[in-house]
Amino acid sequence: MRKEEYIISDFCIIRNNRAIVNGELIFSAPRHNTAAFLTALYRHLDVGYAKFFKMDSLCKLGFLASELILRKHDPILPDQADDTGLILANAASSIDSDRNHQRSIADHDAYFPSPSVFVYTLANIVAGEISIRHKLHGENAFFIDRQFDPVRMHAYATQLFDEDIIKRCLMGWVELDGDRYEAVLYFIQKSAGHKDGIAIFEPGKLNDIYLQGSDLWNN
Amino acid sequence: MQNRVFVTGIGIISAIGYDTKEVLVSLLNRRSGIGSLTLIDSVYRNEIPVGEIKASNHDLQQLAGPGSNKWNTRTTLLGVLAAREAYEQAGLESGTESRAGFISATTVGGMDRSEIFYKKFMADKSRGRLKNIIGHDCGDSTEKIADSIGIKGFVTTLNTACSSSANSIILGTRLIRNGLLDVVVAGGTDALTLFTLNGFNSLMILDREICRPFDETRNGLNLGEGSAFLVLESEERVDRSGKKVLCEISGFGNACDAFHQTASSPEGEGAYLSMKLALDSAGILPGDIDYINAHGTGTRNNDLSEGTAVRRIFPAELPLLSSTKSYTGHTLAAAGAIEAVLSVLAIQNGVIYPNLNFSRQMNELDFSPVTELIKDIQIKHIMSNSFGFGGNNSTLILSRCS
Amino acid sequence: MEQLIAKLKAEIIEVLNLTEMTPDDIDADKPLFVEGLGLDSIDALELIVLLEKKYGLKIGTAEEGKTVLRSVRSMADFITANNKG
Repeated sequence: MRKEEYIISDFCIIRNNRAIVNGELIFSAPRHNTAAFLTALYRHLDVGYAKFFKMDSLCKLGFLASELILRKHDPILPDQADDTGLILANAASSIDSDRNHQRSIADHDAYFPSPSVFVYTLANIVAGEISIRHKLHGENAFFIDRQFDPVRMHAYATQLFDEDIIKRCLMGWVELDGDRYEAVLYFIQKSAGHKDGIAIFEPGKLNDIYLQGSDLWNN
Repeated sequence: MQNRVFVTGIGIISAIGYDTKEVLVSLLNRRSGIGSLTLIDSVYRNEIPVGEIKASNHDLQQLAGPGSNKWNTRTTLLGVLAAREAYEQAGLESGTESRAGFISATTVGGMDRSEIFYKKFMADKSRGRLKNIIGHDCGDSTEKIADSIGIKGFVTTLNTACSSSANSIILGTRLIRNGLLDVVVAGGTDALTLFTLNGFNSLMILDREICRPFDETRNGLNLGEGSAFLVLESEERVDRSGKKVLCEISGFGNACDAFHQTASSPEGEGAYLSMKLALDSAGILPGDIDYINAHGTGTRNNDLSEGTAVRRIFPAELPLLSSTKSYTGHTLAAAGAIEAVLSVLAIQNGVIYPNLNFSRQMNELDFSPVTELIKDIQIKHIMSNSFGFGGNNSTLILSRCS
Repeated sequence: MEQLIAKLKAEIIEVLNLTEMTPDDIDADKPLFVEGLGLDSIDALELIVLLEKKYGLKIGTAEEGKTVLRSVRSMADFITANNKG
């Protein structure tokens, strides 16, 4: 694959109670806790998807990040649904829901495990929720890494592009553990016909974007 | 020009055996490993059949030998044993491989220990041994298993529910095909825990009897545990070493069902797509498949969805099909790799496994699974399905090498 | 009975995270599944947990579940019939 063939056409960062898309601040609500912030962002985006409220916080975060990017590209046409890959990763897996589930089975006398909590005790359900929303049938993967690994994410997507398994890809890092969270998603497309893309698709650029967000919020 | 990828070693530990030899004997003798839960203190002890490995963590440590005290979670112990068997069979030497990778998968990580810690800790915050939680993360077992066989290069963990270790094999195959690595040990590991027992029970998909995949009266799955790894090598490496290969990973596919978090679509769209992609990637036709090792969990939903998708892929003559989950139970993240190992054994030994416990064809399907053990049969191509929650559907194609 | 129905509506909204709905949005006689509220299989399981947790009533089989959970009223009838309302 020649370097200039694919570009990062869009990116989204949700961190520190701020949501930015392609460098532009879309929404901020600094005084909210994580759950309230995610709900506020959902309402701000006027998504109209009641199932959002059934999701756990990790899925809400991934869902909103993908919503911010894909609303620029939706609807994904039926003949594109099979060609859109979804590659995500995080470090904490589904720990938030794991804790909730564990709490519900801890007491033998008040023992009421919640099926809707248990459903979310798998990291890749985030990918499932995004796929259901946007009807994506393409290849999907979920990795567990100590930290965001742009080299490996880039290599994985590149292989899929090279094998012609996908023609575009939504990929990135969706991490949530209580009040510590961050989502950085990228939409990768062929450069032809997208001259206004953000950057060439390469690990360095992925990393720049990932870090760019965190620099802005350090003050 | 992509490199071909061959399997040169397999390792497995499950309810039907502690290594490939024992597992094969159980399969040939129709001996299921599903029975009562004995090692975990659960309210469901006498109620829910499981595919439990009848060895405590201490027993597993004894089996694993010197240095095993650093592997204290069940997933790690199971993984070390299986990875070691595969590695040794492939004749690889620990620490000498430069372009090597290790890819594992797990859903529970170190939960078997963490839930013990949690109970004590919640009752009294000064209690609970920290040693029981340091192995909690999914990535911890991967790193420890990789260390045990001396792989330091590319090491990663996949977490896509019940298709996880099939995806490990797919990723490993891709890395070798594209010349990024020469040898990859790929697979997965999962252990029974209160966490999963209670969780799956809340979804009301656990059968109170031994599961009956593809049977009209099926009533759910049996959870299982285990680990399996395959050593994948490039054609060039194999040619150079002159070693015997067990089979080839000739094709694979992954697709998303995009229907529901835990249920499969009625028309089996995700399954249909992953099977179709796998056939295309292997460059073979549906008629070339000799045997399908189905995901076949025994739930009302999966078997109907998968059965429907299979019929869509094979509208004419259907290959022989069976699920081996009534032997092993549903081993979650390890299932893809365990069933890939069973497929390798099928090719090597010319056998097709029966779908145990079957008696009544499903009303909606016009076919039944294989119920007899078939021996002395030439198998060229096997299709192995693994479908996970979140709609992550994967299919592998394993092929005999002449 | 009407009091129990009102209570159930509020509980259903809470356990199923139907955040955008009020009790007035739920018709006690309309089907909860497929049409009506369009709930899914996981929602059904949560309602089964609700019946056990709040009313001490166990649902044994999927068939029994289908009948009891048809509508809010059928749930209320079930609770009343078992003297738990």
